[in-house]
Amino acid sequence: MITFEHVGKTYGDWTAIEDLSLHIPKGEFCVLIGPSGSGKTTTLKMINRLIEHDRGRILFEGAEIRSFAPEQLRRRMGYAIQSIGLFPHWTVEENIGAVPRLLGWPKSRIRDRVTELLGLLALEPERFRDRYPRHLSGGQQQRVGVARALAADPAVLLMDEPFGALDPVTRDTLQAEMLRIHKASGTTIVLVTHDIDEAIRLGSRIVILDHGRIVQSGSPREILAKPASDFVADFVGREDIGIKLLSIERVGDRMRPGEMAEGEPIAADASLRHALSIFVARGIDRLPVVDQSGTVAGAIRLTDLTGAAP
Amino acid sequence: MLKNRVLLVLIVVGLAAAASLSFVTHAPNRLLSGQGVSWAVVLGAGRWLALLPALPLVVGPFLPQRRAAHLLIAVSASALAAALLWLAGDVAIRLADPSTPSARTAFGGAFWLIEAVVALAAADAVQRGISNPAARIGFGAALILPMLALIGGGAIDQLSIMKEYANRREVFATAVATHLAIVGAMLLPTLGIGLPLGVLVDRRARLRRPVFAILNIIQTVPSIALFGLLIAPLAGLVALAPFLRQLGISGIGVTPAIIALTLYSLLPIVRSTAAGLEQVPSAVVDAATGMGMTPAQVFRRVEIPLALPVVVAGLRVTIVQAVGLTAVAALIGAGGLGAIIFQGLNGSAIDLVLLGVVPLVAIAITADVALKLAVTMLRMRSG
Repeated sequence: MITFEHVGKTYGDWTAIEDLSLHIPKGEFCVLIGPSGSGKTTTLKMINRLIEHDRGRILFEGAEIRSFAPEQLRRRMGYAIQSIGLFPHWTVEENIGAVPRLLGWPKSRIRDRVTELLGLLALEPERFRDRYPRHLSGGQQQRVGVARALAADPAVLLMDEPFGALDPVTRDTLQAEMLRIHKASGTTIVLVTHDIDEAIRLGSRIVILDHGRIVQSGSPREILAKPASDFVADFVGREDIGIKLLSIERVGDRMRPGEMAEGEPIAADASLRHALSIFVARGIDRLPVVDQSGTVAGAIRLTDLTGAAP
Repeated sequence: MLKNRVLLVLIVVGLAAAASLSFVTHAPNRLLSGQGVSWAVVLGAGRWLALLPALPLVVGPFLPQRRAAHLLIAVSASALAAALLWLAGDVAIRLADPSTPSARTAFGGAFWLIEAVVALAAADAVQRGISNPAARIGFGAALILPMLALIGGGAIDQLSIMKEYANRREVFATAVATHLAIVGAMLLPTLGIGLPLGVLVDRRARLRRPVFAILNIIQTVPSIALFGLLIAPLAGLVALAPFLRQLGISGIGVTPAIIALTLYSLLPIVRSTAAGLEQVPSAVVDAATGMGMTPAQVFRRVEIPLALPVVVAGLRVTIVQAVGLTAVAALIGAGGLGAIIFQGLNGSAIDLVLLGVVPLVAIAITADVALKLAVTMLRMRSG
């Protein structure tokens, strides 16, 4: 879908991006993460040519991005940013329909698409359609921002710290919705964040950048289990690595089917981290596990949390 | 107990004016200063009943601050303003004597001050009582109607200002038309140069300092000086290219007036255009560009609508300023209401001065209120 080949970007005598090569396959949820000034936002903005690279090649669906007119390229890529940037003089419907209108969709098709997207982002279409952005909460505004980015079925969705300015509860809900939308639509997503927990939760792949270079790239598990350097280990939070590993695995994966245990059960799709918390809080070492229908499916023991997955 | 301090202050000022100044003055001719006519004459024979609308105003400061109370005060103020106008006109009619046609009855200091105080009380009450900006202006305009009806109906025809008007009906109409035409004509070059210059200053940060430096210097030149400075170069230009004279261009008259007014108007227009574009959130422009709008689309669909309220606010300042400056342009033969004012000043005929000043103020206030409404409506639309 998107390929960086030895890409570089220099401002004066400051090198923002140095020899960056990266392939993002179709359908991947790729999270770019790194400290401030690491080049993560620059990398993202080079994809839709808001920033032009000056060395190497960037390919989009096999063609160098410079072979597209910038506007044409951008209309095929959704774009959501931290400050949201909704048009304050347009209604929610007009905001979401912005790119379809640029693409010349007929009115009825835009209207249907807006209805669909509002529903997808848990905003009642008839209640929110005609509102202006100033009448929405921060969380609702970012939902509209995401809906606007998704409006024209983009081949790739670019997100620059989209949840950075939201309160933790709203952020958590929107992260869950992004996972659901990604699963349902299969859209390729490139997301920039500086929040390692967000990266671990959302990314099917995490790319860690520092000083304009990729220092490690891999699945959340690979990054946590085998940090490539001291920098990565520090960045992912050295002393929390074990806890974070537990947070990406489900109880159901380590459950002992058929085994019985006493007490309040835990759901099979809860994280191992949640299970650990219950073990410690209740001072017990085994827990019954229930599946989605609520019937007991087995049990999990404290010792099951350590060691390799079965 | 005391609920509305503003109104109380206004009432005290009004009463003080009534006690210390004369309501109307009477003079044997227009050049002599008049003698005050006593309140006893003005209000005699039951005419004081016309002042009854003052009662709600006097108790107004102690009424509960409800919508109904504010509207009552506004309507009473309107009635009182009309009543005062009628009383002044009535005295003039009674003092008029066909054997002394040059005698003049004129508004006195108390009349102007009390009317001003009543107008402020009405404006304050409308402000407090009505929140919708359009309804506010509509209601406020309706409050002026009784006074306009009295003037139109001839109730004050014997007052000196109306006598001056009667003597100069044609001149007056031409002066108002010329005045409006000059202000209107000034807008074309002002917007034609000012808006693009404002955009340029916003896009090219380097130009900001020199452009504003020049415009600020122009603004500091006194208007009379600027009008005068333009006479010589324009006269020289016409001498070099005589065909310009056929186009109506000359060293004095309307041409230098429009040039000078344009020069003055550029600063507020350029500044508000640049400020309007500057306050468009950069995130909105970033999002618009990132979603695939061309620069022209970003400008037309996002930047212009979001900058418009600020630009129109600048236009408001420009027009009000130009209405006033156009009066000075009469000095270089541009005509307009200024011509009447200067004629009155030269002849020490205060009533003639007022005949020029009152419509001038009315035009300025009308333009101000209309554009203020436009700004409010634009702001409500664009959040």
